Amino acid sequence: MKEPVIVQLTDVRKSYGRQEVLKGINLSIVEGKTTVIIGASGQGKSQIIKHILGLVKPDSGRVVVYGKEINKVSKRELKEIRTHFGVLFQNAALFDSMTVYDNVALPLRERTKKPEAEINRIVNEKLALMDIEESNDKYPAQLSGGMRKRVGLARALVLDPKIIFFDEPTTGLDVAKSNEIYRVFSRTQAKLGYTSVIVSHDVPKIFKLADYVALLHNGVIQGCLTPEEFQLSDDPVIREFVETTMGPLYSSEMEV
Amino acid sequence: MKYFEKIGTYALYYVNEAGRMGIFLFHSALNMVKPPYKMFPVIKQTYIIGTLSIFVILFTGAFTGMVLGLQGYHTLSKFGAEGLLGSAVSLSLIRELGPVLAALMVTGRAGSAMCAEIGVMRISEQIDALECMAIDPHKYIVAPKFIAGIISLPLLTAIFDVVGIFGGYLVGVGLLGANEGMYFSSIYKDVDFNDVYMGFVKSLCFGVLIVWICSAKGFFVHLSRGGGFGAEGVSRVTTDAVVLSSVSILVFDYFLTSVLL
Ligand SMILES: Nc1ncnc2c1ncn2[C@@H]1O[C@H](COP(=O)(O)OP(=O)(O)O)[C@@H](O)[C@H]1O
Ligand SMILES: [Mg+2]
Repeated sequence: MKEPVIVQLTDVRKSYGRQEVLKGINLSIVEGKTTVIIGASGQGKSQIIKHILGLVKPDSGRVVVYGKEINKVSKRELKEIRTHFGVLFQNAALFDSMTVYDNVALPLRERTKKPEAEINRIVNEKLALMDIEESNDKYPAQLSGGMRKRVGLARALVLDPKIIFFDEPTTGLDVAKSNEIYRVFSRTQAKLGYTSVIVSHDVPKIFKLADYVALLHNGVIQGCLTPEEFQLSDDPVIREFVETTMGPLYSSEMEV
Repeated sequence: MKYFEKIGTYALYYVNEAGRMGIFLFHSALNMVKPPYKMFPVIKQTYIIGTLSIFVILFTGAFTGMVLGLQGYHTLSKFGAEGLLGSAVSLSLIRELGPVLAALMVTGRAGSAMCAEIGVMRISEQIDALECMAIDPHKYIVAPKFIAGIISLPLLTAIFDVVGIFGGYLVGVGLLGANEGMYFSSIYKDVDFNDVYMGFVKSLCFGVLIVWICSAKGFFVHLSRGGGFGAEGVSRVTTDAVVLSSVSILVFDYFLTSVLL
């Protein structure tokens, strides 16, 4: 591995009551690449993201981000690490008493000293990128689920983060919109070179975007492989996943 | 055995809660003095906590003063001391009733709102989102409320006192016929700087106390006993905040008085 690893999870375990959600997660996120986490609903994909963000403490194991163990660092260091983050929560977590515009402008207003005119320019650019500029003055409660996701994406990208975490960015979007979002991702990533961690159910479309695919099954990561390796893998769990999500078409193609 | 275990869990929970409330106050105080300073959030919160409470304060202040005038006149006239009505009304207002009642009214009006607002932000992951944007929620949400509380409470208390004194005048002099000149000259003679100082210190402390308890309760709704889930979690924690804040005001009032006397 030549590329630097910026996020490293080592044997991370987490239980809620008697339910063991994560049973020893090992995962490396490589700088500048896109890692896609897939897996059935309720397997703990969002939990992995929350561990990396430092919002949840593991019962055991280590979560190292930019060389620092994220749940052991001081408040100040944690804040410093988080300045590089761009995060989309699964529920978007928009500020519900602020308009769409103010939601996207907030990180700029609080974290930078940019004048309001420039903030206005940047916000409108990001909203246009996500194709929601006409909803500027609406409140999150007045938006559809898919629109909320797109506002969340605009907000996550507004400070040009070094690493992005998107939890199901295209769930609730129609096919055309989600294709457009994927195009935006590859364009902005090519331009800004950020590292991305994406949780998605959009198999196989997401494979086009992915550099690595990690399947979460029964609380462990089943290999973190390139999309080609993943589709050709003969690990029984991965094979079953591939067959159920993409149909037997791929496997028969493979056998030719 | 089970019984002891239960006592143990309760004790641990409360020790835990006391600890995180203490740390919460510490971080909030730190973020109040740490730059950058933004005026707009403070003005907005002062409007919500202070300006919007004025009507309630005027109303309750007037009636408190009026009832003091009524009670005071009847008691004092038994000793032929109606002349002291002014100082009796004003001293009880300035030293005790003004700060305490104003604080209780603000708790009910603004404290509960504050707790619910922050609690909703917590359960809908908005506070997590702020943290992940490297925006300190103490700086962004809580610190402006503390500053607003510190500004608002002394001013509201002053309004309460003044309106109360005129309420007492209205009833004592206007209705019951105490001597007008005596009413004001006894105030002038008996109220000194220490009384005003005591009322001021109390109102300042209550301002901090209200914002502290109400915002911390909302902030930690997810850790609250019985599980802080959804609308019910927020409603329970808001009730807790108002009760705890009101009780603390009265308890704290006793200790402050004993220190300041
Ligand atoms: N705060 C919590 N308390 C109890 N259980 C939780 C909590 N958060 C998540 N879980 C459980 O962890 C599992 C994984 O959740 P999640 O990470 O949201 O799944 P997904 O893979 O769909 O994102 C679920 O079974 C969920 O019930
Ligand atoms: Mg999820």
